[in-house]
Amino acid sequence: MTASGAAPGAAPGLRVDVAVPREAFDVVAAFDLPPGRVLGVVGPNGAGKSSLLAAIAGLVDARGTIALDGRDLAALPAERRGVGVVFQDLLLFPHLSVRDNVAFPQRVRLGGWRAARAAAEPWLARLDLTALADRHPGALSGGQAQRVALARALAAEPAVLLLDEPMAALDVEIRDDVRADLARHLRAFGGPAIVVSHDRADAEVLADELLVVEGGRVVQRGTLAELAAAPASPWVARFAR
Amino acid sequence: MKRAATLVGVALLAGCAPTPPADPDALTGTVTVLAAASLTDVFDDLAGRFEAEHPGVDVVLSYGGSSALAEQVLEGAPADVFASANESTMGSVEAAGLADDAVVFATNALALAVPAGNPGGVTGLADLADPDLTVALCDPAVPCGSAAVELLARAGVRASADTLEEDVRAVLTKVALGEVDAALVYRTDVNAAGDEVEGIELPEAASILNRYPIALLADAPNAVAARAFVDVVLGPVGRKALADAGFGIP
Amino acid sequence: MRASASRRRPGAAVLVLAGVGLALLVLPLVALVVRAPWGELPALLASEAVLQALALSLGTAAVSTVACLVLGIPLAVLLAHAEHGAAVPRRLLRAAITIPMVLPPVIGGIALLLLLGRRGLLGQWLAEVGIALPFTTPAVVIAQTFVAMPFLVFAVEGALRSADRRSEAAADSLGASRAQVFRLVTLPLVAPGVAAGAVLCFTRALGEFGATITFAGSFPGVTRTLPIASYLAMNSDPDTAIALALVLLAVSLVVLLALRDRWLPGVAR
Repeated sequence: MTASGAAPGAAPGLRVDVAVPREAFDVVAAFDLPPGRVLGVVGPNGAGKSSLLAAIAGLVDARGTIALDGRDLAALPAERRGVGVVFQDLLLFPHLSVRDNVAFPQRVRLGGWRAARAAAEPWLARLDLTALADRHPGALSGGQAQRVALARALAAEPAVLLLDEPMAALDVEIRDDVRADLARHLRAFGGPAIVVSHDRADAEVLADELLVVEGGRVVQRGTLAELAAAPASPWVARFAR
Repeated sequence: MKRAATLVGVALLAGCAPTPPADPDALTGTVTVLAAASLTDVFDDLAGRFEAEHPGVDVVLSYGGSSALAEQVLEGAPADVFASANESTMGSVEAAGLADDAVVFATNALALAVPAGNPGGVTGLADLADPDLTVALCDPAVPCGSAAVELLARAGVRASADTLEEDVRAVLTKVALGEVDAALVYRTDVNAAGDEVEGIELPEAASILNRYPIALLADAPNAVAARAFVDVVLGPVGRKALADAGFGIP
Repeated sequence: MRASASRRRPGAAVLVLAGVGLALLVLPLVALVVRAPWGELPALLASEAVLQALALSLGTAAVSTVACLVLGIPLAVLLAHAEHGAAVPRRLLRAAITIPMVLPPVIGGIALLLLLGRRGLLGQWLAEVGIALPFTTPAVVIAQTFVAMPFLVFAVEGALRSADRRSEAAADSLGASRAQVFRLVTLPLVAPGVAAGAVLCFTRALGEFGATITFAGSFPGVTRTLPIASYLAMNSDPDTAIALALVLLAVSLVVLLALRDRWLPGVAR
């Protein structure tokens, strides 16, 4: 999706400078993310990483700036932001088949299932889901369901892609393979992407750069190597080791 | 000394046992009476007086449509006395051998009942044929209903009823609430309802009398006390109470 | 120590008590079927009284179910929404919806009469414009709707609460408008709950007696539904009463079995 209406001279990519109100504390973060880069947001549980994603997607309120290619997203409701999300619990529609789940974004846009299903076929093929197209989410394995969730998010042709703990729901044995696949798809995606995780392997394989969030604050930004070399906190030291 | 103590002990023990009644024929226990709905007020009154006379007795009254009550007796309900609003209902119980010596103790005639103020402007039986009036009747399956059918047939009136209720008191309630313009109930019900209901005498109705029989049931659990209650109903006290309520005495 | 793979069977006490409970529920129906006058059944079932009562019961119960759906689903949405609001209005709302369930039906009928009867609170105004409700078929529908609505509201509310509302967030992120989310995601997710509620509502309306006879009266073909006809028949004609009871039982079973099966498959989670 090209950024029509981009402010002239604005740097392409995602610009975030927000405070997200939460029960115990606000989550405050500011960063730029160029297109084609994958930012890994890492930190201990409860640090506020998922809240940050939710704010960018428009699913919770936040104060501040969220801009894409210079265009202000913060004023738009979630359904008009063009921000794709792969949720930690995947949230596939249980009453729809795999094909219809992936076709859902086009169904919403085009107003009919026929055209939407046709548009979904390439995505099913790309994510190797064609054989599973008629199954329902209840009949899928963890890895299969994750591919469907990814295909569905990508089929919406978002400008930004957010993934919340993508490996969390999967069996440990298959994580390495799925992670490698996911890295491939993220490269192919092309737009700015953010992966939230507390897992070092995710950070290593999926992300180009890391943003460390602890207690609602950004404590460090850099590559895994930079974090390992000069950890800004005990948690970073343990994580990047 | 010891003998005195023993005597005192025996006397004390005798005092703990139930005192022998002063009158060796005093009645005790429960008397269960199944009675037609139209007998409600009279039997409540007689039962109260009976209990006052015989403090050891508790009269339990169950009112309803006579046919429903007869059905209960036939199904084995443990009652002592049955008083119904027509002879055919009692007949079904007698035929099953469950009632002894039914005696007709009262008669009742139908009357036209209207709510206070007569909002429908009803003057006589013929008005019941008016489809614009809201009319309530007893269902033909119950005694007041079959009497109504006969009365209307004799008078040559085709009533346009809006509801056919399962007992006469249900009909009366509809009149008292002002939900219907006219209804056929017993003369005694009009009396019992007080200010909310006005009655219109029907000369034709005098020829169709419901005859109310009362009988001691064959399997009565408390036949002795029950017999006494029936005697009260049939005796001068009962006759006066019935006449005061508007029943005829045969 | 490895835990046993199979679940332990319920103990003897549980089985005995459960057996007694089951017997209490099932044996009366067995008695009904056994004592039925099977020989005369065809003639009894074809009689006008039975056919009229059956047609009236099915018709009014169907209309009542529709009324319950139209009024009850929004009420359930309101109730589910109130979960996030202040406590007092929420409790009052829930109590108000529960009342017809705990009120003896005859009392409900009396209340309806006092409201909508000729001299009723609202009824007197209706009478002025020529609308008289008691003793009419619409009155039967009103009485049935009154007693059956809570069943539908609570079934739908349950479905709304248990359906994963986060699916709606996913739909948002995929570009769906609020109307589209409701139509494409929320409604299909709660459909089984709604269907179950509708079935409960229908069978409750079908069996309604006290409120109907008190508010609508009893007239063949107009207001004498199956339960009322059966009650009256007990007075004079027990065989007809049993025939009517069997019809009611059969209809209820058919409804329960047919609708349940249709909605369970295909929405596997």
